[in-house]
Amino acid sequence: MPDVEIDRPDLEKVREALVERFGAAILETSYAHKELSFRVRKEDLLAILGLLKTDQGFNALNDMIGLDHPAPLGEGRKRFSVLYQLYRFPGFQRVRVVVDLDEGEAVDSIVPLYRAAEWAEREIFDMFGIPFAGHQDLRRIYMPDEFVGHPLRKDFPLEGNEACLLKI
Amino acid sequence: MGPQHPSTHGVLRLKVSVDNELVLKIEPVVGYLHRGMEKLWESLTYAQVVPMTDRLDYIAAVSNNLAFVLAVEKLMGLEIPKRAQYIRVILAEIQRLASHLAWLGFMANDIGAISVLLFGFEDREDFLDILEIYAGGRLTVHGLRIGGVPYDLDEALIALIRKSLDDLPKKIKDIETLLTKNRIWRHRTEGIGLISAAEAIEYGLTGPALRASGVAWDIRKDIPYSSYQDFDFEVPVLRGGDVYDRYLVRLEEIRQSTRIIRQALDKLPAGEIMAKVPRVLKIPAGEVFHSIEAPKGELGFYVRSNGTDKPERVKMKSPSFINLQSLPLMCRGNLFSDIVGILGSLDIVLGEIDK
Repeated sequence: MPDVEIDRPDLEKVREALVERFGAAILETSYAHKELSFRVRKEDLLAILGLLKTDQGFNALNDMIGLDHPAPLGEGRKRFSVLYQLYRFPGFQRVRVVVDLDEGEAVDSIVPLYRAAEWAEREIFDMFGIPFAGHQDLRRIYMPDEFVGHPLRKDFPLEGNEACLLKI
Repeated sequence: MGPQHPSTHGVLRLKVSVDNELVLKIEPVVGYLHRGMEKLWESLTYAQVVPMTDRLDYIAAVSNNLAFVLAVEKLMGLEIPKRAQYIRVILAEIQRLASHLAWLGFMANDIGAISVLLFGFEDREDFLDILEIYAGGRLTVHGLRIGGVPYDLDEALIALIRKSLDDLPKKIKDIETLLTKNRIWRHRTEGIGLISAAEAIEYGLTGPALRASGVAWDIRKDIPYSSYQDFDFEVPVLRGGDVYDRYLVRLEEIRQSTRIIRQALDKLPAGEIMAKVPRVLKIPAGEVFHSIEAPKGELGFYVRSNGTDKPERVKMKSPSFINLQSLPLMCRGNLFSDIVGILGSLDIVLGEIDK
């Protein structure tokens, strides 16, 4: 895996622990703007987050972020990403874990690990149409239940689609 | 309850299952105010996004500005002049005062102490006046720019800020005399809406509500931004985890904010108020997540740039959205009439939840 310089020993330790335990499941490590980020294999997401939470003490989920990468995608890249922004306190460190997904591909729900993910996953499902396997209550959160389409996808028109028109 | 219920602070709907007066289950329904901000931001330039962030948490617009401009500046690697950093701190803390005073009024009104609503709003007016003189807006202030602040603080405004700060302790004391030892107030707030430290962390709770549950986490102290490390202030932490402690934590935060503003005014360095920023902002490609301690909790922005003048994706981490998630937990075993008090103690703003 490509090596990156991490100028903070505490974050370097996190990386060592992850690489030692999971090795090939960590696809890419990046460190920019003092933020450490791991791109990981989708199948190992729960195990990796579990290790970060229990062994490394990343006890809080800051936020989950959905991404729709605009075309053209690079070689072998998938269309969507889900980012997990984790936080450790005391210690006050952040790491980011990224999984890539294709259209319609599901990712494991992390609600059993972080309860705060419940609404965040519903939001990403609503805005990007990414299904979360194992989520107990995966419904739209912002848009009406009968809405068609996923607004934050890059191919969704800014001015809205037909489902946005009020039917009176 | 809702979405047009007066005590839900906007358009929030709560599906409540009850057994007589006892709350069994609550399900918040949000989205009535969803304006698709994040989608819209992808079509705007970075500078155009800043005033849009005012419309999120409209009780504390400057905090929203601050979180967004700091994220963009982090992505650019921009160094902000010290004077601009101090003015940002002053504005952000004035905004915190305004937000907490508005909250105090709303929350007391929810529980039935209607006169406190009038006092809280009257006191808040002083600080809205300051923001209005500074940037021209009372609620949607647009007080910050990428690279610094648009206007300098002149002597007259500094004098006005000092006077408002001098007047505040007496006003707060007046409100406290009405509430803190009031038997009805304590009966309605003590032991109500309990949440433990472990549960609060699990549910991602941030801000005063988290600190009232015994977790010392304030981003201003722990990961300082915009020169907060230069100021001497305390982070109030209480252990009760109930509505009463959330009330006390916010009152103390008001006092600490006045300390910060005074220090910033005393130490205000001379110099530029804007860094050198090109007219057309092209941000280097990359991604950052930056968060600040807003009045309502941790307010973060994830900004992803593809090297053009428009962001590829901006995601806001809104404290109210995450905090509202723990409402069902806090309401378990409480009475129906306590829901409004518990909801009030969370200090949510629907503009921020629905984006």
